[in-house]
Amino acid sequence: MAIADIRQRPGIVLGAAILLHVVLISAQVNTQSGLPVLQVVTFGGFAEVQRATMAVVDGVRGMWSGYVALRQVQSENAALKQEVQTLQVRLQQEHAEAQRTDNLRQLLELRERANLDTVAAEVIAGPADPDFRTVTIDKGSSDGLATDMAVISPAGVVGRLILPSRRASKVQLLIDSNAAAGALIERTRVQGVVMGRGDGMLKMQYVPGTADVKTGDLVVTSGIDGIYPKGFVIGTIDHADRGSGAYHEITVRPAADFSRLEEVLIVKTPPASRGVVEEPKK
Amino acid sequence: MAAILIAIALQTTLASLVFRGGTTIDLVLIVVVFVAIKSGPVTGLLAGTVAGLIQDALASGILGIGGMAKTIVGFLSGVLGTQFIVTAPLPRFLLLLVATALHAAIFMGLYTALNLRQFPGPYSGIVAQAFGNAFVGVIAFQLIEWFPGFVDRRRAGRFLKR
Repeated sequence: MAIADIRQRPGIVLGAAILLHVVLISAQVNTQSGLPVLQVVTFGGFAEVQRATMAVVDGVRGMWSGYVALRQVQSENAALKQEVQTLQVRLQQEHAEAQRTDNLRQLLELRERANLDTVAAEVIAGPADPDFRTVTIDKGSSDGLATDMAVISPAGVVGRLILPSRRASKVQLLIDSNAAAGALIERTRVQGVVMGRGDGMLKMQYVPGTADVKTGDLVVTSGIDGIYPKGFVIGTIDHADRGSGAYHEITVRPAADFSRLEEVLIVKTPPASRGVVEEPKK
Repeated sequence: MAAILIAIALQTTLASLVFRGGTTIDLVLIVVVFVAIKSGPVTGLLAGTVAGLIQDALASGILGIGGMAKTIVGFLSGVLGTQFIVTAPLPRFLLLLVATALHAAIFMGLYTALNLRQFPGPYSGIVAQAFGNAFVGVIAFQLIEWFPGFVDRRRAGRFLKR
């Protein structure tokens, strides 16, 4: 029965016979490298099988290890995210510390330059009412502060102290619509009064229409108000209009950035004994 | 199997039978072709395998090259024997010519491809062997087919004389 089946499949028998002969021949013949062909062919063929097997094994192992690693990576990723957040916070702290240090350095320079008795204070709160441009500082009467003391910053005049308590004080900013300061245009020494407009800008009044006023002129304190020491920068003229009256209509852009106030100096020196602030060395 | 062994025996003992400058007749190949056309491709290739391997084993060549050549020749001869009528001398002659040429091509081709032997100018030898195999094979086929009938007739004649 088996022989009859084989006779029905001559192609298979032929293939088997040829394979047998190939194996036989290969076992006896050497390649150019001196190795038996059978060995080379067998090794080569089996190497391909091994390669395929290894590829499958590697794939499975890769998937498995990748999955396991992924779980590890997930936890590692969470830890790293946490670390990044911590570092970001620390970086911000460092940045803030650096900024604070810079501000304090500028304050120190201002204090030395102004040659005034000052107290450094930190802004701890903004205005309670948006219609009033005030801030709260962390120094009060216990630090020797009193009403109408000038508050300045390295950039320029900030305002005046209007309500001291024992450990804190309220400062009226110069941009408040109720604030005012004696001022003069530095270039021409023309005097006037700077007042807050309530919108973040200042207006300079009582400057004669005949006076030489240009956009960009620096406006500084004149010291005649008895509050602000003379020579401190208020701002620069943003817009000047001759107008129809006897005075110029002047808009001044404040030098101090009131939205970013952090540290300020409160001038304790009585107005009578105040000198003129020295110009910063460039 | 017996025919193969006889052919090998004759081949080895009649090795001095030479045609035109050293070309010998391959009696084993003739037997393989005969078995193939009589019994079909499977028997033909098995006969070729056995005969070729024995021949290779007895020779000093690579075991398997002659076997493969005779296996393929036996198979194809069997296929032709089943597809065509090859009982007449001329078809058998042609078949033996082609079979010998194919055998030589495979045999020499494998040796050359494996860089084991060189066959300078093999064509004349192949042609001579092909014609020799065909001539001897056709005669042998006729004799082999005629011999059983001759014996029967002899037996029948003896029986009638009694």
